[in-house]
Amino acid sequence: MSTATRSLPRTIGAHAILLTYTAIALFPVILVIMNSFKSRAGIFGAPLTPPTPKTFDLIGYTTVIGQGDFIHYFQNSLVVTVASLFFVLLFGAMAAFALSEYRFRGNSLMGLYLALGIMIPIRLGTVAILQLMVASGLVNTLTALILVYTAQGLPLAVFILSEFMKQVSDDLKNAGRIDGLSEYTIFFRLVLPLVRPSMATVAVFTMIPIWNDLWFPLILAPSEETKTVTLGAQLFLGQFVTNWNAILAALSLAIMPVLILYVIFSRQLIRGITSGAVK
Amino acid sequence: MGSLKIENVKKAFGPVEVLKGINLEVTDGEFVVFVGPSGCGKSTLLRVIAGLEDSTSGRVVIDGADVSATPPAKRGIAMVFQTYALYPHLTVKNNMGLGLKQAGTPAPEIDRRIGIASSMLSLEPYLERRPAELSGGQRQRVAIGRAVVREPKLFLFDEPLSNLDAALRVNTRLEIAQLHRRLKATMIYVTHDQVEAMTLADKIVVLNAGRIEQIGGPMELYNSPANEFVAGFIGSPKMNFIEGARLGETAKTIGVRPEHLTVDTKSGAWKGTVVHAEHLGADTNLYLDCEKAGLITVRIFGVYDAEPGATLYATPDPAKTYRFGADGKVLK
Repeated sequence: MSTATRSLPRTIGAHAILLTYTAIALFPVILVIMNSFKSRAGIFGAPLTPPTPKTFDLIGYTTVIGQGDFIHYFQNSLVVTVASLFFVLLFGAMAAFALSEYRFRGNSLMGLYLALGIMIPIRLGTVAILQLMVASGLVNTLTALILVYTAQGLPLAVFILSEFMKQVSDDLKNAGRIDGLSEYTIFFRLVLPLVRPSMATVAVFTMIPIWNDLWFPLILAPSEETKTVTLGAQLFLGQFVTNWNAILAALSLAIMPVLILYVIFSRQLIRGITSGAVK
Repeated sequence: MGSLKIENVKKAFGPVEVLKGINLEVTDGEFVVFVGPSGCGKSTLLRVIAGLEDSTSGRVVIDGADVSATPPAKRGIAMVFQTYALYPHLTVKNNMGLGLKQAGTPAPEIDRRIGIASSMLSLEPYLERRPAELSGGQRQRVAIGRAVVREPKLFLFDEPLSNLDAALRVNTRLEIAQLHRRLKATMIYVTHDQVEAMTLADKIVVLNAGRIEQIGGPMELYNSPANEFVAGFIGSPKMNFIEGARLGETAKTIGVRPEHLTVDTKSGAWKGTVVHAEHLGADTNLYLDCEKAGLITVRIFGVYDAEPGATLYATPDPAKTYRFGADGKVLK
C-alpha cells in the first residue's frame, strides 16, 4: 500500500484530522436542520437524535410560513444581498482597475485610504449612519441597507481585486488600446473575465456577512415592510417564551439561498484561491 | 507611406530619466531594429512611438503628421507583443478582425484581409480556434496576423521572439523577414538579442542608458563601431578589451574580436594558457589567460584540439584591431 508518495499511516492520519474537522464544522448546521423537523417535545427530549416517526413534526415550518410574512422577508434579504453584491463588485473592480492601471499622483495613498475600511469596523459609525439616513429620509428602506453594505464590502473588494488586476498582462490592455477599444471595453471585456476567480472570492466573502447581518436591519430598517430573514427570525425569540420550532425552521430555510449562491461561486472560488500559487 | 521621425524625445518616470533626448529618422519600407541591454529604454521608446506612453517632451511624426497627441488606435500603427496579448475570449478570426471592426471597416473587407493574412501566415486551419488551443508559435503568428490585417503605416514589434523556444525563434525570424520583403512595410523591431538585430535589420539603432549610441547597417556596426559599447554589444562572442597600458599603447583600451585573433603553438604576440575550450563543431572558442593581455577569447573556425593547460600564442590582426580613447570613442 505504501508508495514513494504516500504511506498508509499518514493517509489515515490526514483523513482522520480532516473528517474530525468536517464533523465539528457541520455539527451545528446538522443539529439545526435535524431539530427543525421535530416537535417541541422532540427537540427538548432528545436534541441529538434525528427525527423519528414519533417526533417528526412540520410545525416549525408551518408556523414560519403561516405566521410571519417570511416569503417577503426572504425577498428583502435577497434583494439587499444581491444588489449590495452587485455594487460592491462593480465599484470595487472599477476602483481596483484605476488603482492598478493608471499612474496618478497619490495613487498609493488612495489605495491605502480605500483599504482603511478593512481595519475599521463600520459598526463604529452606526450612530452617524443612522443620523445620515434619518436626514436623507432613507430609514426603513432597503436602499439604506444596500448603501451601507456596499460601503462595508468595498474596502476588501478594492484591496483584493487591485492585487489581482496588477497581474493582468499590460500587453493585453495595450493591444486593446491599439485596436481602438475604449477603456471601458478594455475593463469589461478583457480585464474582468480574467479576474473572474478573484471576483468570486470577493463575492463569497462579501455575501455571507450581509446575509447574516442583524445589526443594520434592526437599526436602519426594522419595519415590517423591510425586514430581512435574520431580523424576521427574531420574531420567534421572546423574552420569556421562545418558539424553537419556528426559529430552527427559519434558520434552516435561511441557509438555502446562501448555499445556492455559494455553489454558483465556489467553482470559480477554488480557482481564485489557488490561482496565485501556480502559474 | 510609412516614414517616422522622432525629434528630441525625452521620457521621465518621476525623477528617473529613461529616454534622454532621442532623434531618429526612419524612411518608408525600412526595417529598423532597436537593440540594447535591458533597461536601456528601447521598449519605452517603442511605446512612445505607439502612443501607449506619453513622452515628457519632443515630437513623434508619422508620415509627416505630428502624432504626439493622437491616441494609439488613430496613429496607423500595429503592434506585436512579447506575450502575444491575444484576446482570450475571441477566436483567431475575431482576434485579427477586432481592430478593423472597431474602426468601422465593412465586414466583407475584414474577411478579405483576414483571408490574405491567414494564408500568408498559414493560419487557415486555426481560424475558428481560441488562443488557448494554439501553440506558442501559432499564437505569435496570430499576433502578427492581427497586425498585418490592419495594413498599418508602421509595424511595431516588441521582442516578439523572446517567449519562443530556440528552434521556433529561428523559423519565426525567417517569417518576419519574408513578411517584410512581401509587404515592403516600415517595421520597427525591439530586441535585446543582437543576432536578431543583425539578421533582420536594414538599420540598427543601438541604445544604452536612454541614449542612442550608434545608428547604422549591421555590417557598418560590426566593422566600424563608434565606441566601446557598440563594439562590445555587437558580435558574439564579445570583443576582447585589453587595457592599452598593458600592451604599451597610447590608447586607453584596445579591442579585438575573438575571430580576428589567430593562434599558434610556437610563436605569436601574446603568450597564454588555455583556461577552457568550447567545441561547437563549426568553430571552437578558446579562453586564454595571457601574460600580457589578460583573459581573452579566441574564436577559431572549424575544429581545433586544445586541452586546458596547454600553452598557445595569440596574434591579433592589426588591420582589425580597434583603439578606444578615455571617453570610450574610437580613435581614428
